[in-house]
Amino acid sequence: MIITLSKDEMAVVKEQDVVPFRNRVREYAVKIKMGLVNQTKLITAASELVRNMLRYANGGKIRIEIVSKGRDNGIRLTFADTGPGIQNIDLAMKDGYSTGKSLGLGLPGARRLVNEFNIQTETGKGTTVTIIKWSNG
Amino acid sequence: MDKIPILKMGSFLLVTIQVDLYDRLALNLESDLIQMVDKIGAKGVLIDISAVNIVDSFMGRILGNIASMSRILDAQTVVVGMQPAVAITLVELGLPLNGVRTALNVEKGMALLQSMIPPEKGDEENIEDDHNSF
Repeated sequence: MIITLSKDEMAVVKEQDVVPFRNRVREYAVKIKMGLVNQTKLITAASELVRNMLRYANGGKIRIEIVSKGRDNGIRLTFADTGPGIQNIDLAMKDGYSTGKSLGLGLPGARRLVNEFNIQTETGKGTTVTIIKWSNG
Repeated sequence: MDKIPILKMGSFLLVTIQVDLYDRLALNLESDLIQMVDKIGAKGVLIDISAVNIVDSFMGRILGNIASMSRILDAQTVVVGMQPAVAITLVELGLPLNGVRTALNVEKGMALLQSMIPPEKGDEENIEDDHNSF
């Protein structure tokens, strides 16, 4: 069972918000003594997801949580937007697929960098992506 | 508006990224740098990313773009000082930065650039002078 130990919420609506958001995630990761490599992976994944949110949904809200499962501590990030949703989720999770002009690495790359990855989307309503990175995962 | 300074050293351009990058800043750096390569006829570009904690797919692509664009303009690009954690993350992300030359630090990067660029007759002395004064 996953227990939430601490919770924070942040809105990201413009590109400049990305830097303070990444710093906030780092603060939390440092707080639970996450190693540097895992920190970097988590923040990189977060950076990919927040870019998607800005580009395709004009921003959204991110919940930052410190979670614990047994002896493991981790960071859970929930990216929620009210954008157009993703039409074909299987395609979107494929390397190299993009409806924009990007490399198409954002979603599949972010999934590789974290321990748990969940995406819920509904066309016309929005997309919610949840990721967890365990401190020593 | 933030701006990343580009320093000219002889026929090389030196960029040290000391701030957290966001997309617009990275894009501006790309266009400023390429214009500068053209303007001064630079032969080499050295980008120091030792202070950069995060390189995601967008910034990785910008680094690749800078290398390809400057190659077309007859300049070599070397990226130096990448943090180990950033290298691990980039490869797992799926962006191994093929086509971008790298070196461990500025000194080695400079040596690599110099070895890649055949000395031009006439220009040679100027370049030497610049290095002595540095």
